[in-house]
Amino acid sequence: MLFWQILIDGFAISALYALGATGFTLIFGVSGVLNLSHGAIMVGAAVAAWAAASEFGVGPYTGALIGILAGFILAFATYFIAVRPIQRSKAIAESEKEIFILTATLLWGIITQEAIAYLFTNNAKTVLPIVEGVTTVFGVRTPRNEYFTAVICWVAIGLLWFLVNRTRRGKSVMAASMNPRGVTLLGIELSSIYLTVWAIYGLLAGVAGILLGMFLGVSSYSVGPLTASAFSIVVLGGLGSVSGSLIAAYVVGYLETGTAYLISPAYRTIPALLLLVVVMYLRPQGLFGRR
Amino acid sequence: MPNFVTSRLFWIGALTVIVALVLPTYVSGYVLGLLTVAYYTAVFAMSWDLLFGFAGEVNFGPTFLIGVGAYTAGILDAHFSPGLSIWLCIAAGALAAVVGGVVLALPALRVSGPYFGLTTLVAVLMLQNFIVVAAGLTGGEIGLAVPDVISIDAKTNYWIALGFMLVSGAILFGLSRSAIGLILQASGQDKIQAGALGFNVTKHKLAAFVVSAFFSGLAGALMVFYMGTASVSTFVDVGVGVQIIIAAVLGGRRTVIGAAIGAIFLIGMGELLRPLGELATLIVSVIALVVILFFPDGFLGIIRGGAKA
Repeated sequence: MLFWQILIDGFAISALYALGATGFTLIFGVSGVLNLSHGAIMVGAAVAAWAAASEFGVGPYTGALIGILAGFILAFATYFIAVRPIQRSKAIAESEKEIFILTATLLWGIITQEAIAYLFTNNAKTVLPIVEGVTTVFGVRTPRNEYFTAVICWVAIGLLWFLVNRTRRGKSVMAASMNPRGVTLLGIELSSIYLTVWAIYGLLAGVAGILLGMFLGVSSYSVGPLTASAFSIVVLGGLGSVSGSLIAAYVVGYLETGTAYLISPAYRTIPALLLLVVVMYLRPQGLFGRR
Repeated sequence: MPNFVTSRLFWIGALTVIVALVLPTYVSGYVLGLLTVAYYTAVFAMSWDLLFGFAGEVNFGPTFLIGVGAYTAGILDAHFSPGLSIWLCIAAGALAAVVGGVVLALPALRVSGPYFGLTTLVAVLMLQNFIVVAAGLTGGEIGLAVPDVISIDAKTNYWIALGFMLVSGAILFGLSRSAIGLILQASGQDKIQAGALGFNVTKHKLAAFVVSAFFSGLAGALMVFYMGTASVSTFVDVGVGVQIIIAAVLGGRRTVIGAAIGAIFLIGMGELLRPLGELATLIVSVIALVVILFFPDGFLGIIRGGAKA
């Protein structure tokens, strides 16, 4: 009973972590950007879906679409406001661009978070679920929404895999993550690849945010923890490795769920943090990372 | 004309110090209390700048060092209050922070860039979890009340904070302009080449961590005995660390003094905009983002640029 409960809950949470972390790692793999406004984009999409569905009464489907649109807009805003000006700046030395992008995306995340808090208050918001009701599997009563979350996450990840491996556009994105200069020599505009990646990222982060809002609820306070969890999953799996992030998301998700059920919810995040420290000492490039 | 520039900066600095010295005669205790906190934060930011600006280590966890210093001092005082002088507690806090700095330095000597950044972030989260879980010792989420304070007089506290900031600022600035600072800068930019020139990179980086940890922990411990409490939200939270990093980058990184200017600016602005409520943080963040995007050298860069023109 407890075993199935952990298995099912852990699976849904891990799927959500995986989806959230995939976009984050994709951006890093292709353009070397660690986007610290990640949590703000997820929360922004969720709050937009919540406001549209609950406050303006457009229903859960239109609400989710508006949420995805918000994810898109926020991702592009992050790119054009906090990332591109620094990448193109001549006043900032190349070696220092990393810390500047980190600081700028962090600030942009705080700005987004505060704007959400100002417009929609700090209260926790639960997005109107698309699938309602409860179902019992293996004697475990679980909201249907939890299964829905896991399915959507895996469909989205599957679509991403198809896009990257089977389409021309996706293949050029893949190539850019391996060798940006080589792609330029083949006559592909690097800046248009960046735009594609940020669009994919906005979609993934938006969907992940809305699902999180339906599943656990969000508030402007979740921005920091969300960024931190995506960051640690991605580093655990190896920066830039999508499959590594997926595995790491499941490791972290099950460690957290298992600890919460078997020991105490108060210790929830500790084993995952300990694992992260051990991995950082023994294998700094992460489980599946390249240096 | 570098001499002119430095002398101009020198005069601005001297004027600021004089204003800070005569301030207690004119302003209320409330403003003094605010500036006391700002001065301690300035020391946090300057210590961070020594690590990032010179040693090139992206430390996301300045609050790990601050928190270790603050809580060590606080716990010692709370448990052995009348028997143990607070100055001994403060010294123990600084010492514990140095030990923390060495622990933090070990991964830094192996990994770099975002990987090291994450290690420091994890260090903060672990400390935060430990404080909450070991609530019997640390006061948990409510915070730890310490029975003693340095002084209840706002002016005395102000003088101590100001003196402490000036002394540690002078030491950190002197260190950054010395040969050690140059070697650190070199090893931050190109570790291999600095090593090839015969400098012991490991030794210097370790020294930078120890010095940064010492001042962070000392400032944290002093601040505990100014506030009378130690809590996660004032000393350890990642948000506090973020504010320190923003202060250092905003004021002008690799300058030490800029970090102090940035910290005082951030705390002052936060207070001035307080009537706006939720919008205060928003506006401060927008200002910081604009400065970082358009004036990457920060406030000090703007002043210097003005002097050149």
